Amino acid sequence: MRPFSYQRVDSVSAAVQAGRIDANGHLDAPVQFLAGGTTLLDLMKLDVMRPQRIVDINPLETSLSDIAVESGDVRLGALARMSDVADHPAIRKDFPVIAQSLKLAASAQLRNMASLGGNVLQRTRCTYFRDVSWASCNKRIPGSGCAALEGVNRKHAVLGTSENCIATYPGDFAQALLALDATVDIAGVQGDRTIAFRDLHVKPGETPHVETTLLPGEIITAFRIAGEPWMKRSLYLKIRDRESYEFAIASAAVALDLQDGIVRQVRIAIGGMATVPWRSEEAEAVLTGKPLDEERARQAAQAAFAAARGRGENAFKPELGRETLVRALLEAATLEF
Amino acid sequence: MTISESQVGPISEGGMFGKPVPRIDGRLKVTGAACYPSDTPMEDTAHAYLVTSAIARGKIKAFHLEDAKAVDGVLDILTWENMKGKVRSVRFFAGGGYASSTIMPMSSSKIWHAGQIIAVVIAESFEAAREAAYKVGVDYAVNKPKAGFDESRPQPRPMTNPLTRSDPATGDAEKAFAAAPVKIEAYYSTPTQHHNAIELFSTTCVWSGDQLTIYEPSQYVHGLKNGVARQLGIKPDKVRIISPFVGGGFGGKAALTARTAFIALAAQRLNRPVKLVATRKQAYTVSNFRAETQHLIKLGAESNGQLTSLSHEGWEVSSRPDEYKVAGTETTAVLYACPNIATRVNVIHADRSTPGFMRSPAEVPYIFAIESAMDELAVALHMDPVELRRINDTQINPITDAPYSSRALMTCYDTAAKAFGWASRNPVPGSMTDGDWLIGWGCATSCYPTNVAPAEAKVTLAPNGSVRVQSAGHDIGTGAYTALAITAAEFLGVPLERVSVELGDSTLPPAPVAGGSNATASICNAVADACKELRHRLVTAAVASNGPMHGLDRDMITFSDGQLRAPDGQSETLMAASARLGFGPIEAHAKYMPEIASKTIKLVGNAMLGKGLPIMASGTSAGDHIQYAFGAEFVEVRVHRRTREIRAPRIVGAFAAGRIISPTTARSQLMGGLIWGISAALHEATEMDHRFARYVNDDLAEYMVPVNADIQDVEVIFVPEDDTKVNALGIKGLGELGNVGTNAAVANAVYHATGQRIRDLPIRLENLL
Ligand SMILES: Cc1cc2nc3c(=O)[nH]c(=O)nc-3n(C[C@H](O)[C@H](O)[C@H](O)COP(=O)(O)OP(=O)(O)OC[C@H]3O[C@@H](n4cnc5c(N)ncnc54)[C@H](O)[C@@H]3O)c2cc1C
Ligand code: SF4
Repeated sequence: MRPFSYQRVDSVSAAVQAGRIDANGHLDAPVQFLAGGTTLLDLMKLDVMRPQRIVDINPLETSLSDIAVESGDVRLGALARMSDVADHPAIRKDFPVIAQSLKLAASAQLRNMASLGGNVLQRTRCTYFRDVSWASCNKRIPGSGCAALEGVNRKHAVLGTSENCIATYPGDFAQALLALDATVDIAGVQGDRTIAFRDLHVKPGETPHVETTLLPGEIITAFRIAGEPWMKRSLYLKIRDRESYEFAIASAAVALDLQDGIVRQVRIAIGGMATVPWRSEEAEAVLTGKPLDEERARQAAQAAFAAARGRGENAFKPELGRETLVRALLEAATLEF
Repeated sequence: MTISESQVGPISEGGMFGKPVPRIDGRLKVTGAACYPSDTPMEDTAHAYLVTSAIARGKIKAFHLEDAKAVDGVLDILTWENMKGKVRSVRFFAGGGYASSTIMPMSSSKIWHAGQIIAVVIAESFEAAREAAYKVGVDYAVNKPKAGFDESRPQPRPMTNPLTRSDPATGDAEKAFAAAPVKIEAYYSTPTQHHNAIELFSTTCVWSGDQLTIYEPSQYVHGLKNGVARQLGIKPDKVRIISPFVGGGFGGKAALTARTAFIALAAQRLNRPVKLVATRKQAYTVSNFRAETQHLIKLGAESNGQLTSLSHEGWEVSSRPDEYKVAGTETTAVLYACPNIATRVNVIHADRSTPGFMRSPAEVPYIFAIESAMDELAVALHMDPVELRRINDTQINPITDAPYSSRALMTCYDTAAKAFGWASRNPVPGSMTDGDWLIGWGCATSCYPTNVAPAEAKVTLAPNGSVRVQSAGHDIGTGAYTALAITAAEFLGVPLERVSVELGDSTLPPAPVAGGSNATASICNAVADACKELRHRLVTAAVASNGPMHGLDRDMITFSDGQLRAPDGQSETLMAASARLGFGPIEAHAKYMPEIASKTIKLVGNAMLGKGLPIMASGTSAGDHIQYAFGAEFVEVRVHRRTREIRAPRIVGAFAAGRIISPTTARSQLMGGLIWGISAALHEATEMDHRFARYVNDDLAEYMVPVNADIQDVEVIFVPEDDTKVNALGIKGLGELGNVGTNAAVANAVYHATGQRIRDLPIRLENLL
């Protein structure tokens, strides 16, 4: 770890001021906000992230960690801890996909520390990225190449990839947010703005080091969901190499509005497979207005992975992704409440 | 002196052998009071951080150290430029020396493997050392490395006679195979694996004048002491190793690694203590590992299941300079009755660090291959796999006809099968389900040779009646402290609380490496011998003319509850008896020589032990017989019908391993082995980027091991076994027995669940999609 300066802020505007140093994208900025620190400190110890200044936003906890469910709508403060949200009775009852995506992530200790804002901004687990002794990683050193393309890439993405980066977005909670069409409240130097959660992350394209649309200094303050009663019929299915404490090798977040066996609305997000939190409108289109049975679920899964591209060790992933989605859809259809 | 059995009475007199008692060091461990080597408090310590090579093959052209040296608190940087010629070479462990590898980092600019130590930064704090290490710039001249096997299925070579002496064979396996009505021929493979002991590789060196004290977790303190002394060109008696607790060794802490001498030299240069705790990542290359293996198995059988031909060819990877091989054909060739056997082991050299011991080094990969093939043969024969083992069970080595000292394999099978409920298994693959989960049941044989080594121990009876056991053996989490305390309590008839045990210090009487599952057998016998001598002296005092048991038959005197007891009801405390032998403590120092030791070992064994050289009488050739412990393992796996995750919720193992000294810790050993076996079968693999011959998942986040939620029912059953041919106390080591059969049992269960035969480990969901 390299020396850095440490600053605590007691207001959002102070945080934004402290964070406004220009940088190429948000996540490699020389100023970093410190929430739970479970991504940031890890990557600093590995020498991957080398911020010069740490701005500790935990003093904002009183104003930014609310978990509010009012007349069906949800507001989750960016500093709310994963464990608190996962255990919240109204979230568990009415938005099970949120509670499950958080509960199935990381470990109890990490969930107690980690914040929702930090969670959606967690960085890829690509080992060529996480170990600085590898020379080629466009995300870490723009223009240096991508060691994973022809390398060890079993866990890498098959959706949303480019020739410059195939790193998987590793988080779970983001898929739940997509499946519930969440929005993000952002505070910045230019003032506050709200964007759809799906517009937060950007695919690697030519610039894998740019991961989000956040501007320097911008801080996420909250996530909001316009709740609907049918969101009770939602779930998060996480497939992983062991029973707990492991990232998804495939996952699906499904929220299903099913009436008399007919799909009125469905939102599908796929994790462990894509470079960004991945919403599949193609799959949703196959199902909307149709009865949901195994055959239809399979067609939706085909559509979801039509554009998937495996290379080498991850060639199995489209098939695993399809099976995961079929299982999630059928399990969602049989949910009773 | 030797004392015959009649002088010490029956073994069970103290009533301690086989009694389940808690680990005597358990409290220290769970309260954090156990002082592991790097925990030792020390004033004025400087901290070392290793810089390791990012390339696997080539040379260091230049270092750029300016930025690193500029870091506040940096004291010294070692590189080949100032270390050249400072460390003398010592011989390879597997060739009868000390070193885990003959590669000598920092002796020149040459790079033999990725992760090789290329610099050591020493600073006032760990953080400063790490920061400076990150700032060490290196220019390399890079050559394209060879990472390991070039092909996924190596070409077999004809097994023509004469094979090398070390490749066991009998009859004409090829001819018999050609003629066999039922055959199996298949390749199997196991991946690279690392020990990943929770305690990292640490070394702390302190000089006091010309006396060097090294705090380092070690499975062989005498080996380490003598090896470092040679490397540094100083007398062994100037070096002391302190390693009272080891937080997991598994073979990774058995032999001398390169780091120790550098830390000793750094401490000398700075004239203050220097401590190194290598990182998790560095643990993958600063010590040894289990190399990947390939196997070609051919089995031929009569239609009644009797084996007619068995051939096993293995391929292993080693480093460029060292010929390390585990050669498990020594065991697979003697496992079953078969008239025609051929084996061969091939070693491929690559730009890798030198592999070495890892729990059941030879058995784990080789038994996986043969026991998978046996299951395939059972399927081909439409026969229950347990019955196939019964038909081919043997009580003799099929090559030499030497008998097994004892072999309760089929009792293990029957016991475990019953506990598991095997009888209700439907043999048709995919026929057993639970909702969306396919259920598979599989089984396999476990075995491990009963090795025994020369060992020394000192037992002291203090005037207050307490007993002190001392030996430079090691408790690597195995329960050695407890087993040795039990042994002393057993023979001296004192309560366990009165016994203290000291281990892991090279100033204690020499003991063998904690490896090859020999330690309990070897050191308990040494402790027993020392106790017998004490008993002899105490009895002599008791029956002497001034003693209370004067005139009584010395053979009738027994030891229990801290008393000498005569058949007529008379008794005397150990304290009183020992007081009559003079003031102060009485002590006995025993030098145990294994009963099965060859003439050569008997001749030079004690001297070699003192020099810290590897010396062991192997169970695979114990004079007129062979000696192994056996087990049978049964596993249930569940595979999801759609997404194919594999879980192993239930495992039962029954083991026959001679006399069980300490059932609590023995059970833990076997249970840990079974869990590790599940881990190896379903999770573990060190993955390599073959273009660079570098590991990519070298930390505990990416190197998969099971978590608690993966392991549910684990049942360990001891099958009673009485075998005093193996050694006087009848102990068969079992530390490495548990994880031997598990890989195959899991793979066989996966086949039963899915109908898919996976021959390459680990088995992951993509293999079943
Ligand atoms: C061993 C391990 C296992 C894990 N397993 C899983 C898993 O299975 N599933 C899963 O989803 N996650 C997993 N994680 C990731 C974990 O969930 C994230 O590290 C955590 O959620 C990050 O939150 P944090 O508050 O600690 O973020 P920090 O580390 O504090 O911050 C992360 C990044 O976000 C920025 N940031 C933080 N808050 C804000 C904000 N409000 N506005 C703008 N920028 C901000 C920081 O500057 C930093 O760049 C795992 C992590 C570890 C270490
Ligand atoms: S996949 Fe992305 S993160 Fe991984 S090496 Fe390639 S560029 Fe770097």
